[in-house]
Amino acid sequence: MATEPQAESDDDLLQRFQRAAFGYFTTQVNPHNGLVADTSRAGSPASIAVVGFALSCYPVGVERGWMARADAVARVLVTLRFFCNSRQGDQSDATGYKGFYYHFLDMTTGQRVWQSELSLIDTTLLLAGVLTASVYFSEDTPEETEIRERADTIYRRIDWQWARGGEATARQGWKPESGFLHYGWDGYDEATILYVLGLASPTHPIPENSYVRWTATYQWENIYDYEYLYAGPLFIHHFSQAWIDFASIRDQFMREKDSDYFENSRRAIHVQREYARRNPYGFAGYGKDYWGITANDGPGFKTLKIDGRERRFLGYAARGVPYGPDDGTIDPCGTLASLPFAPALTLSALRHFCERYPDMIRDSRLPSGFNPTLSGDGRSGWVSEGYFGLDQGIVVLMIENYRSQLIWNLMRRCPYIGSGLRRAGFTGGWLS
Amino acid sequence: MTNAMPQQDDILPQQGDSVSHNEAPSGESPSDRYHRSLLENVHPPTWRNPTPADEYNVVVIGAGPGGLTAAREAAALGAKVALIERDLIGGDCLNIGCVPSKALIRTARLYAEMRDAENFGGQVPGDISIGFPAVMARMRRIQTRLSRADSAQRLTEAGVDVYFGAARFAGPDVVAVAGDALRFKKALVATGARPLTPPIPGLAETGYLTNENVFDLTECPRRLLVMGGGPLGCELAQAFCRFGSHVIIAQDEPMFLPKEERDAAQILSDALSRDGIEVHLNTSVVAVHREGTQKIVDLLCAGDTSSVSVDEILAGIGRAPNVENLNLEAAGVGYDIATGIRVDDFLQTSNPRIYAAGDVCLDHKFTHVAEASARIAVRNALFLGGKRLSALTIPWCTYTDPEIAHVGLYVREAWENAIPVKTFTILMHDVDRAVTDGEEDGFVKIHVREHTDRILGATVVSRHAGEMINGLSLAISSGIGLRALARVVYAYPTQAEAIKMAADAYNRARVTPTLKSLAKRWLAQ
Repeated sequence: MATEPQAESDDDLLQRFQRAAFGYFTTQVNPHNGLVADTSRAGSPASIAVVGFALSCYPVGVERGWMARADAVARVLVTLRFFCNSRQGDQSDATGYKGFYYHFLDMTTGQRVWQSELSLIDTTLLLAGVLTASVYFSEDTPEETEIRERADTIYRRIDWQWARGGEATARQGWKPESGFLHYGWDGYDEATILYVLGLASPTHPIPENSYVRWTATYQWENIYDYEYLYAGPLFIHHFSQAWIDFASIRDQFMREKDSDYFENSRRAIHVQREYARRNPYGFAGYGKDYWGITANDGPGFKTLKIDGRERRFLGYAARGVPYGPDDGTIDPCGTLASLPFAPALTLSALRHFCERYPDMIRDSRLPSGFNPTLSGDGRSGWVSEGYFGLDQGIVVLMIENYRSQLIWNLMRRCPYIGSGLRRAGFTGGWLS
Repeated sequence: MTNAMPQQDDILPQQGDSVSHNEAPSGESPSDRYHRSLLENVHPPTWRNPTPADEYNVVVIGAGPGGLTAAREAAALGAKVALIERDLIGGDCLNIGCVPSKALIRTARLYAEMRDAENFGGQVPGDISIGFPAVMARMRRIQTRLSRADSAQRLTEAGVDVYFGAARFAGPDVVAVAGDALRFKKALVATGARPLTPPIPGLAETGYLTNENVFDLTECPRRLLVMGGGPLGCELAQAFCRFGSHVIIAQDEPMFLPKEERDAAQILSDALSRDGIEVHLNTSVVAVHREGTQKIVDLLCAGDTSSVSVDEILAGIGRAPNVENLNLEAAGVGYDIATGIRVDDFLQTSNPRIYAAGDVCLDHKFTHVAEASARIAVRNALFLGGKRLSALTIPWCTYTDPEIAHVGLYVREAWENAIPVKTFTILMHDVDRAVTDGEEDGFVKIHVREHTDRILGATVVSRHAGEMINGLSLAISSGIGLRALARVVYAYPTQAEAIKMAADAYNRARVTPTLKSLAKRWLAQ
């Protein structure tokens, strides 16, 4: 009897994709300052959020045996030294101001590029990585002690009070040319961790009522018979949760709704999947194993006639469910990042991707966008060029949270996270 | 069937329109012809004001929708009524507002559908050219037709003394108009509002359009900049885009229609982009100047400046109440230049004899609000009225494609009032009739108080949202909850079934695990 090839186990499959995603952070980094490119495309600047993911991924690499601890320590140190020592000020080419950092920095000089904004959310994601590293590297060596000290310096320097721009809630950003961007956060989004870290600041905290004011813009909706706190793009249901384990801890809003943010993400994934099954606009591929509509790269802004239907495609855009926009593009990384919340659905989708769209996957790495409505050149669909750091980072962290809860457990030990959650009104679960 | 007249009849000036199609002087355009017929109804050139009565039960100032409603109601109740209009009967709505804009929007939709024919299995006509004069002629024809109902002549026949001229209070119980002094027991001020003048350097000198003159255009501007993403700006931006203008819209906020729910605004934003409008959000117009025949507009977005060159600029950035030149001080009527005449919940001003209604005193500047408030004001004025403005359930709608309609509370208002709220959402793409009609964009959201079926408010985004919102207004104003709505049988297939589907979702959500297990035990017997 011929032996059939052994089917790859779920864990082996996940390990393969996680390892490939991790590779982004060892290839797209400037070893002299720790900055990591926003995308793998030529000439890409660094994104501070991607640096945050990198700092969070290094402990994963150490635990999984992909990176020596000393190597990880060195990488973290060079990064934190850069963010401590780089220029803070209101000049248009500084690295940061008031403790925050500009969204995009030059890979070599670390100076602001693209006239990008001083970004609250991206600084937050950077800070999440800084704090993850500071908790993980807890040994009593001069290097690891320096990591913890520098992390604290970076956190304490951030002026969250200033970042409200005189309003009740946090602003989205600031530019030296024009001041605060004149809009804040409206509706549920990825800013939960921003508020948690802003509230926990030992030096310049935002007031507690600013979190309550923000949650007052939430929409609790019954869509497709799922009741959940609505946010259209899938990544919103992932990003804060890459670091914080929200299962069974609840703020005032979730107590009223008898739910929590972990359960909410699970329902949001079901809504995504249900939308894809209904496939109202008849896009190719959509179905029970093909979902992941989120903010990601797209085929570019153009209108084409395909099979007699006019199709309008978007470039990089915040796609969402169920109100759109939707141009048939998914982010397979967003799908995979859903793993901790809906493991069976996610694994089923991942296996479907491997089987049905092998040419979308290169060396076990997923792109930031895929659109089979736009097939051509012999390929099964349009594939986003290269890789995006945010996508690769969320894949590494969410697979790890599913496999070992490493990041969640580390951040539970971070005193700032606990105190920020409590100040935001969270109780129960692991906070008890 | 009295209404089964051939459509052609609408084209010709009718009884009450003194100038007929055939009598038009040579060289006059259809638009001019209808305009003259319209004037015969709304401000007859040869009109002579009546001889004033000794004292009127009520003098109504302003013959817009509010004033007309009040005058007709009062006359029907047997009151001695005077109605004063300084310009045109019908007010903004008929002459420079809802009516002309909706007429243009209908033609614009037609053009959009022609271009979109293939998506409906049809063929795109070979030559889709816009005859702008014909578009405007149809608009005037419709204005003329609708002006008949409230022509000066008909109002007089209904028992209303119609005065043309500027009204000015001469004391707490007397108002002067065109040399006459009208004494009144009660008065109602319904003078409406006008477009705000945007304080932008160079704009006034360069020239710009508002709703007051945009309907006088004789050519479709090749490039049009629309300032402001409120209802008027969005509606006309889309209409002109569909007529072939290259439209740029600059909105100084992150979203269009900032008062509406963000998902509604997002869908609208996508729809406007899809139509080909150049959308600039978070962008303000900082200066304007002229270069030859072109208007150069400087834009500012998050510190970045840019300039665009256009043929016309349309400003739709708010309205100011018409409180000036009425000598309100002489009547002891308190007002504010920005917010208008101050009224209480009974629409009474600081002079107990004088009431106000509509745009001159209310935040919600809509025709139907003007009418509803005028009805309350006139009843409170003439009788021992205790009718309150706050008791009204007021819907509104922005007539873009898709339309965006709302009634009652928004979610944020519910939270502000500490009312726990839950939303039942039905996507139009799940409504059979919306799918068959190729009108799948949008949703019905019904907000209920948590743990109850009480409807707090609703937002509808759909091609026919304005029609659909009325069922929800009826439910709210009659206290009908979602459970009762679920018992209503809706005609299939209709787009309003979305409301029924939301009610069904409510019922399904009520089936708790306990109820389920009880039902299971019962069925197992």
